[in-house]
Formats: sequence, structure tokens, C-alpha cells
Amino acid sequence: MAKRAAPEVNAGSMADIAFLLLIFFLVTTTIEVDSGIVSKLPRKIDEDVIPPPIKEKNIFQVLVNKDNRLLVEEEPMELKDLTAAAVAFIDNGGGEGRKGCTYCEGEKDPKSSDNPEQAIISLVNDRQATYDYYITVTNELVRAYTVLRNRAATQRYGETFESMYTRYKEWPESEQEEPEYGELEKKINVIKDLYPRKLSEAEPQVAG
Amino acid sequence: MSKFNKKKSGELPPVSTASLPDIVFMLLFFFMVATVMRDDEMLVENSLPAANQVEKLEDKKKLVNIYIGKPSSSYQATFGTSDVVQLGDKISQIKDVYNYVNTQRNAMPENLQKEMMVSLKVDKNAKVGVLTDVKEELKEAEALKITYTSTQGDPMNNIKRR
Repeated sequence: MAKRAAPEVNAGSMADIAFLLLIFFLVTTTIEVDSGIVSKLPRKIDEDVIPPPIKEKNIFQVLVNKDNRLLVEEEPMELKDLTAAAVAFIDNGGGEGRKGCTYCEGEKDPKSSDNPEQAIISLVNDRQATYDYYITVTNELVRAYTVLRNRAATQRYGETFESMYTRYKEWPESEQEEPEYGELEKKINVIKDLYPRKLSEAEPQVAG
Repeated sequence: MSKFNKKKSGELPPVSTASLPDIVFMLLFFFMVATVMRDDEMLVENSLPAANQVEKLEDKKKLVNIYIGKPSSSYQATFGTSDVVQLGDKISQIKDVYNYVNTQRNAMPENLQKEMMVSLKVDKNAKVGVLTDVKEELKEAEALKITYTSTQGDPMNNIKRR
């Protein structure tokens, strides 16, 4: 037997194998969505508790019917006008004296909301409405609050509410002891109190 | 002279492909590390709508997922074509939401239980009716922090295609 060196393994197909695996991972990867519109459900109330009376003028009624059409304050409306209408309603500040609103820039129409604290947006949707329309309407209403909060924050602190909030959320956990963090939190709460998000999603009516 | 000629002869040497496997492996490892496997197998159609007032969601440990949508095509024979709720990896009744949420909450570490958030992943084309029933169940289960999970984008695109 002649002495022979062990033949080298051919590594030429290594690339092909790796490519195969790579393509497998590329195809199976699904990127998880990790963003969403945050909302809070109201607590369940007892049947026998009578809810406090709310003045009709402090409710901004938004109805969505089964054909995905909007009825706002008993008038049909295009979706693109919804945010502006909601802003006008929240920022109206029509109340008098103590009920008034010193920072509002609305029309002070006595027939519309007293102040942002009292102004409630009620969204009632038909069961047959589709979810994408529903989420768009919700988005537009949430945007109304964002617009107002941004305005208030810019006037007071020279920075939009959105950028303050992102900064707050992205604050590194190890540095939350710093005084700036608490200050930022306080500022955010001030703005939130000026324009609290009062978006009620009432139980829908079956008939539409 | 011939000694020197040798160097000049021939064309460009071919580019060595010996490092190709290394490059590909590098990509492969990147994808293997970056891939997040879905926890639940999707039994329902689930393409999420877009919105621009979104916030980044909480840590995955604090989230409970509820999927709503039509059963995907291979399950339509069993579950029909109207919207259903998927909890974990099976299609369930709406009244099971209560138990599911409570079970998930109890499985969480004590300090996270209060911060639990329910992530509602609802298909674009689903009807709002089922979602409303689910929300009622969530109220019952005292799971009040919810989020309508949606991708970042212009919400008007949701409606345009009609």
C-alpha cells in the first residue's frame, strides 16, 4: 500500500448550503408589529349606579354606520374633516367663569363644550362597520388630542408634546433617577391635564 | 529573458471566491439572530391596518395577544367564513376570552401583572362587532389596558382602496 495523504474535502459547495439556509430564513422571517394605538377601557359599572349627568353640549357624537359613513353631531361628514371638527369642539372653551378655559383658543361658542376637561367624544359604531375604518376614525380623533397637546406644549415649553413623549419613553432605565427625567414627566402630566383624552367607545347599537 | 516574460503572460487572474461562504455565513447568522419566531401559529387572516398615532408597545412579557379575523382558507371548512377569535394557538369562543386573559395574567411574574396589556390584533377587513364583544369580556376580566396593534403609516391608505 502506498502512503497517501488524506484527500481534502471539497468546500466548494459550502456556499450553496449556506445560501440555502439563508434563503430559508429570509422566507420564514416575519417581522412582528410592535406599535399600536393605546387605549383604556372604562371600568365595568354596577347596574344600579346612576351615571352623573353630562350636558348634551359637552358630548361630541360620532357615529359610524354599517356602510362606513360618518355622522358627526347629526351631520354627515367626510373623514378628512373629522380631526378639525374634533379640535374645534375640544378647544371651544365656551364655559363661563370657573368653568371656562383660559388656555383655549376656540370660538367660545356657548352651544359647544365648556372646557377640555368636560368635553367628551363619544364614538359609536355599528357592528357591521369594518375594522380598518374604525381604526382610522379612532386615529383621527386621537390625532385631535395630539394636535392640541402639541400646541400647548410648544407654547409652554418650546417643544412638541410628541417629541417630549418620545424622549420620555426612550429614557434609559439606568438614568431615571436624574432630575431631568422627573421634570419631563411633570411637564408631560401638565399637558395631559390640560387636554385629557376623553374618548368614549360606547356599546354599539345593533340597528344602523 | 524568458525568466521575466513569465510574469507578463496571461490575463487577469480570476477573482477568488473562497471567501464567499464566509460572507454568506455572516448574513445567515445575522438573520438567524435577528429573526423573532412567532409565538402563535396564525389560524386567522391577520393583516393589520395602518395608523399614525401609534405608540411603541410594552415589553413582550407584558403583552397578551388576541387575534380577530376570518379563519384562513384551510380552516374555513371547520370554522366558517365569519370573523372568529384566536386565543393562543386555537380558535376559540368569545366567552373564553375571560379565562384566557386571567390564565395569561396569572402566568406572569407578580410585578408585571398590573402592567399587563392586551394587544388586539384585528384584521383590516374584520367587522367591529366581534371586537366589541371581546372588549366587553376584557372589561369583565379587568384587563383595561388595551392597544389596537397597527403598523406605522398613513391611515388614509386603509380607506382608499375601496
